[in-house]
This record gives sequence, structure tokens and C-alpha cells, in this order.
Amino acid sequence: MLQIALWKRLLIILVCVWGLLSAAPNLFYGQVERHNDAAIALERGAISTDEIAADLAAWPGALPSSLVNLGLDLRGGAQLLAEVQLGDVYQARMDGYWPEVRDTLRGLRDQVGTIRRQESVAGELRVRIGQPENMQVAVDAIRAIAQPVVSLTGIGATDIDVGADGDVLVVSLSEEERIATDDRTMQQSLEIIRRRVDEAGTREPTIQRQGTDRILIQVPGIGSAQELKDLIGTTARLTFHAVISTNADPGRSAGIDELLHPDMEFEDQFYLLVRSPVVSGDDLVDSQPGFDQNGLPAVTFRFNATGARAFGEFTAVNVGQPFAIVLDEEVVTAPVIQTAITGGSGQITGNFNVEEANRLSILLRAGALPAELVFLQESTVGPELGADSIEAGKLASMVALAAVLVFMVLSYGTFGVFAAIALGTNIALIFGVLSLIGGTLTLPGIAGIVLTIGMAVDANVLVFERIREELRTAKGPARAIELGYERAMSAIVDANITTFIIATILFTLGSGPVRGFAVTLGIGILTSVFTALFVTRLMVVFWFERRRPKQIEV
Amino acid sequence: MRLRLVPKQTNFDFFRFRKITFGGSIVAMVASIAIWLIVGLNFGIDFLGGTTIRTESTQAVDVGTYREALSPLGLGDIAITEVNDLTFAVDQNVAQIRIQAQEGAEAITSETITAVEAALRSVDAAIQFTSVESVGPEVSGELILTALLAVSASLVAILFYIWLRFEWQFSVGAIAALVHDVVLTIGIFSLLQIRFDLATIAAILTIIGYSINDTVVLFDRLRENLIKYKKRPLIDVMNLSTNETLSRTLMTSVTTLIALIALLILGGDVIRGFVFAITWGVVVGTYSSVYVAKNVVLMLGVDREPKKPSDAGTQFADIDA
Repeated sequence: MLQIALWKRLLIILVCVWGLLSAAPNLFYGQVERHNDAAIALERGAISTDEIAADLAAWPGALPSSLVNLGLDLRGGAQLLAEVQLGDVYQARMDGYWPEVRDTLRGLRDQVGTIRRQESVAGELRVRIGQPENMQVAVDAIRAIAQPVVSLTGIGATDIDVGADGDVLVVSLSEEERIATDDRTMQQSLEIIRRRVDEAGTREPTIQRQGTDRILIQVPGIGSAQELKDLIGTTARLTFHAVISTNADPGRSAGIDELLHPDMEFEDQFYLLVRSPVVSGDDLVDSQPGFDQNGLPAVTFRFNATGARAFGEFTAVNVGQPFAIVLDEEVVTAPVIQTAITGGSGQITGNFNVEEANRLSILLRAGALPAELVFLQESTVGPELGADSIEAGKLASMVALAAVLVFMVLSYGTFGVFAAIALGTNIALIFGVLSLIGGTLTLPGIAGIVLTIGMAVDANVLVFERIREELRTAKGPARAIELGYERAMSAIVDANITTFIIATILFTLGSGPVRGFAVTLGIGILTSVFTALFVTRLMVVFWFERRRPKQIEV
Repeated sequence: MRLRLVPKQTNFDFFRFRKITFGGSIVAMVASIAIWLIVGLNFGIDFLGGTTIRTESTQAVDVGTYREALSPLGLGDIAITEVNDLTFAVDQNVAQIRIQAQEGAEAITSETITAVEAALRSVDAAIQFTSVESVGPEVSGELILTALLAVSASLVAILFYIWLRFEWQFSVGAIAALVHDVVLTIGIFSLLQIRFDLATIAAILTIIGYSINDTVVLFDRLRENLIKYKKRPLIDVMNLSTNETLSRTLMTSVTTLIALIALLILGGDVIRGFVFAITWGVVVGTYSSVYVAKNVVLMLGVDREPKKPSDAGTQFADIDA
């Protein structure tokens, strides 16, 4: 008969109450958001001001305060999909290997003869040796300096492959090392992008790795994708080089140990520099915007001990000579060294305005990106459009909900009222679950909720229709209700499992807004089955127990 | 007094005109494919690459002026459409500008976007750019592939699930209904030249979800009745099952349509294409559950000797609340 154990009743009610409570903060979005921000600020050690205290008091701390994240299409902001040019790093690695290879081969000069570095494709080091008959000696010697690969999958492998091509010794990164390097490059890029976005102080950015070489960056509240690109798109590789010529011919080709870079300000002025840098941005510990003695915007920097020593030694022996400060393959400035700079700090003055100086110091502080980023996809949504979408979505959901409720009550009377209450609970549960799992609500997600409003009653309809049918065979109301639930079960389960399969596929293969839709649809299926099978049933049972009707109309 | 969409007891013969309905479905599908091949889909930048810019201004949109302002930039094919919606304020004038992917450019050049914005500002100082979206050709190619994969994966998953829970004939019928729905949706999108983008794919998957839901409910009842009335001809049992579930089928379709129509009218123009696809799919899906899925099962016939008759209809009946 119509019986539900007490513990089940309590559990069902508890879940509903929990759903309502968890969904409640979303009704007071602005207040709760301010409360949460204030709480985080205090946690990070901010000093409590009147403002923070007022924000904190905007929402009682005892209540749940998790909110549904609003997607970029609702909140406004910018999104970029960047591809990391992993190949860039291979070249840098090979350049780094060259001095060691050179020194090793020089030690064997009496056997291998003269050595000369050759032009090569990126990621390869080619060295011609004078006595090719002793190539094996050279190959063995270089193999001996190879390092083991540091990664889980590359155990036992070394980082370089060494081979011979006629009289040319070829050194390249091994497959295992490439995989390990790619992974490191991605980790480093993610970390640096995260630091740069955080330094700029925007809220709740999403920075995710996608696939082997892509990074998805979403920053709510930022004005445009261009702004975001300026912030993270610059490699910001800072290096200090000895200068060979300050007025080089742009048409000349730079030698293998040389670099030819243009001036940042005067595009027709080119510098010829020594390829290996004296110090690089990796040795920077701090950088701040400031002003030089003439009151022009400047960027100050400070080296770590290694950097300071290298820079000190270099400047000591090169007094009177120029050195070049190079940022992303452009010479920012090339001052003449007046005295040895041993303190490990200095400043860059160039053609900056205050804003640029500020941005450059952020970039230098956060570190250089290991490889260039290419942007494959970008989008900007203005906050007004997002707000309009929320308004439209809210209105449409309300109207949809009201219309469905009226229709249900008209069709099923008392039972329709139960279904209506269950539908309300259902929506609260969707928001509750979304808040709990930190899900993101997008515009298609709102459509998913509206669709759920329409479809959620399906399980109820199935049951009610079945009860109607069972009533016709006149078994008495209690038996009819029971049979109605029992017999509708397999249809409800099969129908919802298939829809859930679709939601899962959408979630796995979709991205961004589509994924938001899949999440709300999936949660909606679970909660609607719960409300139809448990919540409505509990209400029916309560009602039946109190009224004990001899006859019912569904 | 209850609102009833169908009388208490119905006895329609759903299969009397099955040659006409089934033939009609086939004609509709052929027509859809023909329109698709001749007119083609209006692909969005998700699939073609390129840039869309949404502008908003207090001044009226003048497509001609916009076009003139942009023509010196030499960006190739530019589509400018004025957007109207009843949710807009009186002085809210919105336009959508679509620029095709630039030849040879893998990534999006921000210079292009900046130049376009500057050109438009020169003809309308009050113009604002509420949304800018760019997709490179590399990504768009992948998106097409992923979309196709998603739709095929869904069909295969459902084929398998229905086969597992019912008989293989049911699963063929269900898939036939789904293919019917997808083809008709592509047809209407080609015919009306509604923008076809990633959201539309999501909508198609949702249609698949809805339509299968409907089909499964019908099949479930059919399975139950096949056990109950072992001796009656298949066509009779089908008619009976369809009549028994008719009220439910219409109730669910109507509630879903009520919700969707509210969204279609009030939800704003940004998701209108998406909502339209789902709304269309609900109508077509309801039809196909009755007239395509079951017709196919009827043609294929059903093995009337169930291996384990006892557990088929009541498999979940012991789950109580």
C-alpha cells in the first residue's frame, strides 16, 4: 500500500530543504558576492575597514554562500584560446647546449680537428668537424654529456639524440625529452599566464590547459579580448647583450653567434649583438614602475645573486662600451656602461608612458613566457549585453514556469498542484547543485533550465496518466496510485537514461556555453526524476493519509 | 473540471494512413536534403572561421553607411544585418557584422578588429561593441569534426542502449526517427537560412534527447502490451499502445512547447536560433516517435516470443520510494 518509511520521508524533506537553502544565495546575488569578496579579502590579511565590514554583514555567515558562477556571456568579459608554440623551446634548448658541445669537442681537438657550427632547422644542432674519420669519438663524447630525462614516462632515456651526417655531427632532442619539455613548457606557460592575470587584479579568471598545446583563458569583467592579449600575449623575454655594432646594416645576415635586432623606437636602426645573453629575465627578482632622473617613466629591476654577479663582471670589463637591453627581439635601449654595476639593480628608460611602464613591470615580475602564443579564437562580451541576456532569461523562465504551472493545475487539479510544487523544488535543486559544484551558468544553460521546466513535468505526467488508467480498471484509489508509480517506472527510467546519455556526450565534447547547457540539462534530469518519483509521491502520500478519499480524480 | 487535451478514451487508427504518413516523412527528408544541397546552410563563424561584431547604438542602424565605412578596409565578404527584438529598449539599435576569415591568417589579427571598430565609430560616434568574436580556421575545422563526432556518438550510444533494453527492431526504429528529426532540422535551417553554429549542434543533440525520450515511452508501453496481448496482431497492439500514451505524449509536448515558446519570444535574440531549433525538434520529434519509429518497427516486425516475459515490463517496478 501507500507507505513510505519515516527515514525516507525525512531524507526527502531534508534534500529539499538543503536545495532551497543552497539555492537561496543566488536570489541575492550582489549581496552575497560582496560578502564573499569581503570574506576572501579578510582571509588574505586585508585590514578590516568600514566598507569591508559592511560588505561582510550583507549576508549572514551562517547561511550557505556558494553562488552559481555566471559564464562570460552573462557577466561580460573576454576569452582567448591560445596555442603555445612548443617548437620555440627546442631551439632555445639547442642554443643552450652549444657552449657545452663546443667545449667538449675543443678538448678533443687533436682527434676531431676544427669544429664549426652549421645552420640548421629549429631544434637541431649541426657541427662540422675537421676529421670525419674520428666521428665516432665525437659522437661518443657528446653522448657522454647527455642528461637523463626527468619525467615519469621517460625513465632510462637521455635528453639528446646524437648522430652523424657525413662530416657533420647532429645533436637533437630525443623523443622522450621533447614530450617532457612540451609538458614543462605548458606548465610554465599556464603558471605565467595565471600570474600575469592575477597581477592585473581581475576576478575569478579561468585558465585551463586544453589538449597538448592549447590554453583557454577566460577573464570576466575585462573590457576586451585585446586588453587581455596585451597582458598575456607578450612573451616579455628580457635579455642583456654585449653590442658588436650600434648601427648595423639591416640587410646583412647575422652570423651564427650574432643577433640582429631593431630598435624599439627607431625602426630603421639596427643593432648587431652577441647571441648569448650576459643575463636574462630569468635572473630577475623584482621589477617596479618608476621614474628616471628626468622624471620620465621608467622600469626598475633587481637581479638575484647569480644575475648580479654576471652583470657586475660584464660591466666591469666593458666600461665605455654599450650594452643592449632586449625585450622580445627589440632593443629597448643600448646605454654606454659608465662604471661597473655591481649592486644588481638598474632601470630601463625607453619610450614608455606610465601605463606601458606599469605593464612592462608586471610582465617582468611575472616572468617570461617560455614560448610564443598564437591566438586561435577570441571573444569579448560587453557587460551590458550580458545583463540584457540575464534579464531576458529571467523573464522568459518566469513566464515559462508560470504558464507550465497553470497548465498542470488545470489538467490535473490537486495532483497538478503537487507537480507544480515539485517543479519549484526542482528548479531550486538545480541551482543548489550548480552552486555546490561551482558550475557555470551560461545563456544556453538558462535555455537548458527552461527546457527542464517543460520536460521535468514529463515524469509526473507519466505517473498521473498511468494512475488515470489504473483508476479506470477500478481498483480503488490507493492501489491505483501505487500501480501508477510502479508501472510508469520503467518508462521514466529508460527515457531519462537516454536523455542523460546525450547530456553526457554534450558535456564531454562541447565547450564553453554548450557545456554550460549540458551541465544544466544533466542536473535537470537527475533532479526532475528525484522530484517526480520522491517529492511528488511524498506529497501524494501525505495528502492521501490525511484525506483518505474514497474516490480520486486525477 | 479538468483541462483535457484528448478525450478519456481514444481509439484512433494511427496506422491506417501509414503509407501516406511514412511516405510524407520520406518526402520531407528528401526535400530537406535537396534544400540543404541546393541552398546550403548558413554556417556561423564557429564553422567557417572569421569574426562577428555586435554593435549597439542610440542612433538608427544604417546598413549602407556601415558598409561604405568598411569597404575601404578590403576585408572581402562582409555581412551586415540589423537585429530587431521586442526585448530591446526604444533607442537600442543593434546590428550584427560578420567578416569572413582572412586569407592565409591562421590567428585573428587584432589590427583588423581595431580598424573595423574605428571605421564604424567614424560614421556613428555613439556606437558600442557589445560582443566581438573571432574564430581561426584551424579551430573551426576541429569544431566541425567534434560536432559530427558528437552527433554520431549520440546515435550509436542510443542505438546500443535501446537494443540492450528492447529488441533490435526497436533500436532501428528509434534511430530512423532520430535521423528523420536531424535531417528535417537541417532542412529548415537551410530553408530559412538561420545561422548554423555550435549552439545549433547542441540543439540537435537536445532534439535527439527529447525525441528518444518520447520514442522510449511509446516503446515501453508497446513492450508491456505485447506481453499482455500475445495473440493480437502487432498493428492492433501498436494502435492500442499509441492511444493509451497519447494523452501523455501531448501533455509533455505541450508543457515543453509552452516553456520553449516563452523563451523564443522573451529570451532575446542571442539564443533565438538555438531555441528555435529545439522548438522545431520537439514538434518534429513528437511526430516521428509515432509515425516514423513505430512504422519502422511495424515493417520490421517483432519477435513475439520473448525470452523472459516476466521481467521485461516491470524491470524497475521493485524500486520503491
